[in-house]
Amino acid sequence: MSYVRLVNVTKKFGSVTAVDKLNLEINKGECFSMLGPSGCGKTTTLRMVAGFEDLDDGEIHVGERLLSAKRRNFYVPPEKRDFGMVFQAFAVWPHLSVYENVAFPLRLRKLSSQEIDARTKDALEHTNLLHVANDSPDSLSGGGKQRVALARALAINPDVMLLDEPLSSLDPHLREEMRFEIKDLQRHYGFTIIYVTHDQSEAMALSDRIMVMKNGVVQQIDTPFNVYTHPANKFVFSFIGLSNFTDVAAEDAKVYVKGSDLILPYSGEERGGLFTMATRPSEIDFVAEGGLRGEVVRRTYLGDIVDYSIKVGEQFLRVQKGRNDVRLNEGEICGLKFKHPFWYDAD
Amino acid sequence: MPVMKRRSFGVPEMLLFLSVAILVIVVAVPVLLILYTSFFVDGHFNAGQVMSILSEPDIYEALLNSLFIASGTCIMSTFIGTLFAWLVVRTDLPYKGFMKTLFLVPFMLPSFIGAIAWKMLLSPRSGYINILLMDLFNLEEPVFDIYGYGGIMAIETMYLFPFVFIQVCGALERMDPTLEESARISGASLLTITRKITLPLMAPSIMSGALLIVLYSMAHFGTVAVLGMENGIFNIPVLIYEKIHQSAGSFDSIRAGTVMAAVLIVSAAFIIWLQNKVLSRGRYQIIAGKSFRPMEVKLRGLRIPLFIFCLAYIGFTIVLPTVTIFLVGGLSTYGVDITWENLSLDNYKFILFEWDLTRDAIWNSVSLGLGAAVITMFAGVMISYVIVKMQVRGKGILEFLGMLPFSVPGSVIALGVILAWSGKFGINLYNTVWIILVSYIARYMAFSLKANSAALEQVHDSLVEAARACGAGMGQALKDIVLPLVRPGMFAAFFLIFLPAMRELTVSIMLYAPTTRTIGVAIYTLNEDGETVLSAALAGIALIIIVTGQSVIKYFQNRKAG
Repeated sequence: MSYVRLVNVTKKFGSVTAVDKLNLEINKGECFSMLGPSGCGKTTTLRMVAGFEDLDDGEIHVGERLLSAKRRNFYVPPEKRDFGMVFQAFAVWPHLSVYENVAFPLRLRKLSSQEIDARTKDALEHTNLLHVANDSPDSLSGGGKQRVALARALAINPDVMLLDEPLSSLDPHLREEMRFEIKDLQRHYGFTIIYVTHDQSEAMALSDRIMVMKNGVVQQIDTPFNVYTHPANKFVFSFIGLSNFTDVAAEDAKVYVKGSDLILPYSGEERGGLFTMATRPSEIDFVAEGGLRGEVVRRTYLGDIVDYSIKVGEQFLRVQKGRNDVRLNEGEICGLKFKHPFWYDAD
Repeated sequence: MPVMKRRSFGVPEMLLFLSVAILVIVVAVPVLLILYTSFFVDGHFNAGQVMSILSEPDIYEALLNSLFIASGTCIMSTFIGTLFAWLVVRTDLPYKGFMKTLFLVPFMLPSFIGAIAWKMLLSPRSGYINILLMDLFNLEEPVFDIYGYGGIMAIETMYLFPFVFIQVCGALERMDPTLEESARISGASLLTITRKITLPLMAPSIMSGALLIVLYSMAHFGTVAVLGMENGIFNIPVLIYEKIHQSAGSFDSIRAGTVMAAVLIVSAAFIIWLQNKVLSRGRYQIIAGKSFRPMEVKLRGLRIPLFIFCLAYIGFTIVLPTVTIFLVGGLSTYGVDITWENLSLDNYKFILFEWDLTRDAIWNSVSLGLGAAVITMFAGVMISYVIVKMQVRGKGILEFLGMLPFSVPGSVIALGVILAWSGKFGINLYNTVWIILVSYIARYMAFSLKANSAALEQVHDSLVEAARACGAGMGQALKDIVLPLVRPGMFAAFFLIFLPAMRELTVSIMLYAPTTRTIGVAIYTLNEDGETVLSAALAGIALIIIVTGQSVIKYFQNRKAG
């Protein structure tokens, strides 16, 4: 039951293609995150959904409504789309009180004054702002301002909530708190969230599904679990979580660590020449017998985790173990066993 | 064992002492002398006499005129400045960047030259436009009369509106576009956003620009002096000038002048106070976030008409007067038709190479400008260094003293300098070129402090500390690290002083002697004496010097950026 539909959406800025033939279906009530490095096209996509950017090709539908269609030269301006949107820099109006900020979208809809008051207070209550309703938003902290922005977006009870890196201007601990608040609000109001972020842990924590983008092209759309455990390609692997990339070479049906005679256990499709093994530092075990031989060159305590740098041939691997696991000393020779290695073509 | 002893009077204290001394002598003493002379009679405080001077009919009238002209100019400039700023920053007007540059051109043109040009175009009897219209439509009466309040306000607006324009442009450009986008996604149309979000957020910038206009208009000499004489319209600076000029130094008229100057000082202080209040109350945090391009209002059908309107405005206010100046400067006598036969370069040759009066004036202005610029530039670096970088007590007073001339009108500075340097303290510079130099330094110190402070603030302390850690002494660090980094600021300060000094009128007119005319004084007096064509020719040459200088700055700034 797809609700928000993007069909072949394309956007160019001059000669740069910011978003290339994007097809996307988002379900009603879903929390959908767009994740990627800066300049990948995620914010541009969100702004096209919002209506701040026109398309160069394709169509955007929400429910039964067509919002943008380049070929038909059809375009609904942002003020007619009835979405809620929260921006990275809060964008609360400093010349209006908290109450007036939240009431603003309602006043524009020519509602009765009782209804405006009721819905404003409802939004303020659910964002814990009722006690500061008459204050200037400038007197609030960053978290407070972002709550005002959320309340303002909630006030019209939108079906779709667009969140453009809403937490990245906040302190780390506040960020986690606000994640849960957003999730709770979604449960209460039932809106669909389209969430733009460059922070993978934020996307993992909030979303039903994640889209990873790079250079305007979709790399993978899947659940947080699958994106982590079954990354579609090397870029997704490296973007989500910590990663090791080891250059390897196939010769005589055996796979060696490049530049050494160390043999890797390999069970994938048949390959020849140079390619890459991708591993997670937490998915490597130290074994006493067998395994890949390596030398501990650096050991760092990170509290709960002990971080090792292991020299394998001419290359280095990062391994992370719990503080209660086997401990190795710098200079020690160890055996490595890879739990779920991925194999990708060389760059 | 050698012990490092902390000297009680080291280099920092010496720099502070020097800085305070310079500012006190150049800035504080003249201003204080004005206040003292106006409020104290024979060493006793006497407010009654101040009131009786203020209620003299001509002074009272000058006060009212100043207020009236300033209000009218302020309203017109604020409207035009805000409109053009909005058009240039927030709409899809064609060639916006170029238009923005053009709207800033009046900043560098001297308004009294503009007033002279408009007098040639719109004076009721001989103005070219009036004559043209009367011929075309067989009218008996001239259509326009520039010699009235309306004319004065219109001309002042042409040259002062950029103060609002630049403030509002800056605020609009820096404003976080998501403030407007969030209103849009809330359902507001562009018109509603402009009315309910953009304008209220811009209000402090608009207000502060408007107050600046009031300040400058009240203190403005040139336009009123050129256009007001005919119908006996004068404001405070003009009356101060007349009192001082006609009285030949009688004490009564000097006292009347100081009382009026005191009025200007007090109103300037009030305006600055009000401006700070407006800005601090309305200093919203509206600058933030990653900026997508701010949205452009599509003008649709109005796009081309508004573009033509902007072009017409620029054509009428910048091109037309400038062309008029050069053409009239080429005529043999004022009033003859502008035809090829009547135009020649004779006037230009005459004033550049033959006539002592104008040659002296150009030489005086160039040497005064250079002298003031060099002295003020170096003094400015030193004082800025004390203010920005040194942890010494009492530097707040330096900041105050340095910025004071920004708000103190030129005629006040000139009068103060007369009081201070006419033998009162054993030095009499009156009627020499030196008194003009001293007053230029006082007038332009604030420019230098601003440019140099801005440059010094970019030099983070750690840069000097790193040099010290590498083994450089304080002097070495200053020479090798700080000076090279603030050189652009010094360079900017030099031109910020040299160029305005080239066209200075308000101060020089009060201080000149027969041999110490500046370009501005020469243009003004020639015009007063009816030597219209020579005055226009000299004005043309002044314009060439100013525009060339401005282009040199632009060239260096671009080279630095590129």
